Amino acid sequence: MYPEYSVKELGFLSDPSFHNSPIDIRGCDADTLQHQLRMMLIIRVAEEKIAQLVIESLARCPCHLGIGQEAIATGISSFLRATDRVFGAHRSHSHYLALGGSITELMDEILGKASGCSKGMGGSMHLYGKEVGFAGSVPIVAGTIPLAVGAALAAKKDGNGDIAVSYFGDGASEEGSFHESLNLASSYKLPVLFVCENNFYASHLDISYRQPSDRISRFADAHNIPVELVDGNDVVAVANAARRLTTAMREGQGPGFLEAVTYRWRGHVGPDENIDVGVRRKVEDIDAWKKRDPIRRLADAMVAAGIMDNNAFKAVQTDVETEISIAVENARTAPYPGNNALTDYVFASLERPL
Amino acid sequence: MSVSGLKRSTYGEAILEGFTYLLENHEEVFVIGQGLWSPWYVGSSMTDLDKKFGIERVMDSPVSELACTGAAVGASLFGYRPIVVHPRMDFMLYAMDPIVNQAAKWSHMLGGQAHPAVTIRGIINRGGEQGAQHSQALHSWFAHIPGLRVVMPATVEDARDLLIAGTLCDDPVIYIDDRWLYHIEEDLSPPRIHDLASLGNIVRREGKDITLAASSYSFHQCQQAADELAKEGIDCELVDLRILNPLDIDPVIESVQKTGNLIVVDGGWQTCGLASEVVAGTCVAVDPSVWSNPPVRINLPATPAPTSKPLEELYYINTEEIITAVRTMLEK
Ligand SMILES: Cc1ncc(C[n+]2csc(CCOP(=O)(O)OP(=O)(O)O)c2C)c(N)n1
Repeated sequence: MYPEYSVKELGFLSDPSFHNSPIDIRGCDADTLQHQLRMMLIIRVAEEKIAQLVIESLARCPCHLGIGQEAIATGISSFLRATDRVFGAHRSHSHYLALGGSITELMDEILGKASGCSKGMGGSMHLYGKEVGFAGSVPIVAGTIPLAVGAALAAKKDGNGDIAVSYFGDGASEEGSFHESLNLASSYKLPVLFVCENNFYASHLDISYRQPSDRISRFADAHNIPVELVDGNDVVAVANAARRLTTAMREGQGPGFLEAVTYRWRGHVGPDENIDVGVRRKVEDIDAWKKRDPIRRLADAMVAAGIMDNNAFKAVQTDVETEISIAVENARTAPYPGNNALTDYVFASLERPL
Repeated sequence: MSVSGLKRSTYGEAILEGFTYLLENHEEVFVIGQGLWSPWYVGSSMTDLDKKFGIERVMDSPVSELACTGAAVGASLFGYRPIVVHPRMDFMLYAMDPIVNQAAKWSHMLGGQAHPAVTIRGIINRGGEQGAQHSQALHSWFAHIPGLRVVMPATVEDARDLLIAGTLCDDPVIYIDDRWLYHIEEDLSPPRIHDLASLGNIVRREGKDITLAASSYSFHQCQQAADELAKEGIDCELVDLRILNPLDIDPVIESVQKTGNLIVVDGGWQTCGLASEVVAGTCVAVDPSVWSNPPVRINLPATPAPTSKPLEELYYINTEEIITAVRTMLEK
């Protein structure tokens, strides 16, 4: 009944029956892999916890979960530093956490508490963590893409080799703001890394009903921006691509574009899987994609290479779970913002009271 | 449907009935926007229209507010009557050029020869800790623009009939509905076809003590307040500001001539907003000797919408606030 517009350009990358064995970790440093594994687990477990908090109605703000997409922010963040400026959107828990954003402050924020990373003024969709290089995430689709371009402009003027990163989804590439931003960044040679987490969905609608091709990086080609197209569920592939792109950017070669193909296991917003929602989201697809689990594939590779045994993996899991449980427990009892918060933050200066 | 021709309907169902009427009876009508093939995007207000009328006429769209709105304006210049749906008004801000520079201006700027007969539905969808970019009620902005007809239905019947009238009108119409109204139920007669240009604002309940004027969800709150106040013997007259532009303020003026008291309630911000405009217009027209008390505006605080629950409770207008304001005014 519904038309499909898309030419399938992504090939194996969009077919979950491929790329589901342990990833290739040859030549990788064991410490880095351990760190990446732990980080992906932090993101996964934190989001599973958030799902639970939504079910319990403790978290009331809209929570967009990226379970299944953990490898992307994890792989990229290895090459970022606190003076870089990273922007996200509505599905940005991973972007914040992967930079080393505080788990406690994230949980506090999601429960609306004053000790949250946005002082309890934003909830899940509005995160901030300047101390780790997280410049902000907000839920207007494509809203932060030009801001990241501007942050890159500022970095270029400063001349310290800092870069900006803009995380967005395939849906965001349908906004004019995205196309203008690519043109501007490329023309001015600005150090901004555009990262498209292509999970094939914009809320309820599959990409085949929204675009004539499923490959978002074709837009970067059109703007002469170098592209890396990778399996977004392979943290090593993502990291290698990010290293190549960010190195060139820090040397003044202008923007880069990383398209990471992935899939979200949960629905658009909230904890359920959205199987009945939209025109194409089948249980079989979700099950198939779960076999391309970025965490499982890294863990299996590490076990096979003798870097870690199964018990050590379990120990990391337990450790992470404990850390996150403590953060959630603290968040439950943390205080809400005072009434003055409503008016205090409107302007930078309080001199002229509202 | 009962013998009287009336049936119970919610506000959400009435919108759906409006779409159904339009798509059934006017082949030049089509609908475009995000979420139209989804069961949850726009509540109960568009359920299964795609199945009934086909996806050629009920077009779900990419995340492209500007292009969809601009395309609808373009199609409206060539015989169609598109309705663009923005599931949240906040998303519509990407479409300001087609709305404000194009649709609103083409008739006048081109000597009355081109009429963008487009209807743009912007939904106010707030609360639920959604915060600053997902909660805005920007009706006053649009009402500021000459050339845009702006409607904001408060009743179940208007939810349907203003959608129909707006769509069949040759001018660009901004139709604004608030999701907090969707569950409200009333008896509904079969569709009435109005010429939008002939409709004005109306007194929905007569009273002698005070005039309460409001739109949309705020009007609903005024009704609740009036019910409460009636128990104390306070008799409120209620004016439904269902048409914001061109703004018909006469019913408010006439009402204040009688009551001498005015409170305007508006779930948007105050500065340069609807409540301020209505108060100003009434003050200019009503002789100072008529007023028993200075008029009062009830608005949101001049801040973006917060997320955290306790701040949300502080932020949004509640019926109790309206009741207290009326009591305070009349006690003086
Ligand atoms: C301007 C704007 N339009 C529409 C929406 C509603 N919306 C929120 S998320 C989303 C889908 C975005 O998809 P994508 O960019 O692919 O990100 P993903 O959800 O897949 O992470 C939409 C349409 C919005 N928040 N902002």
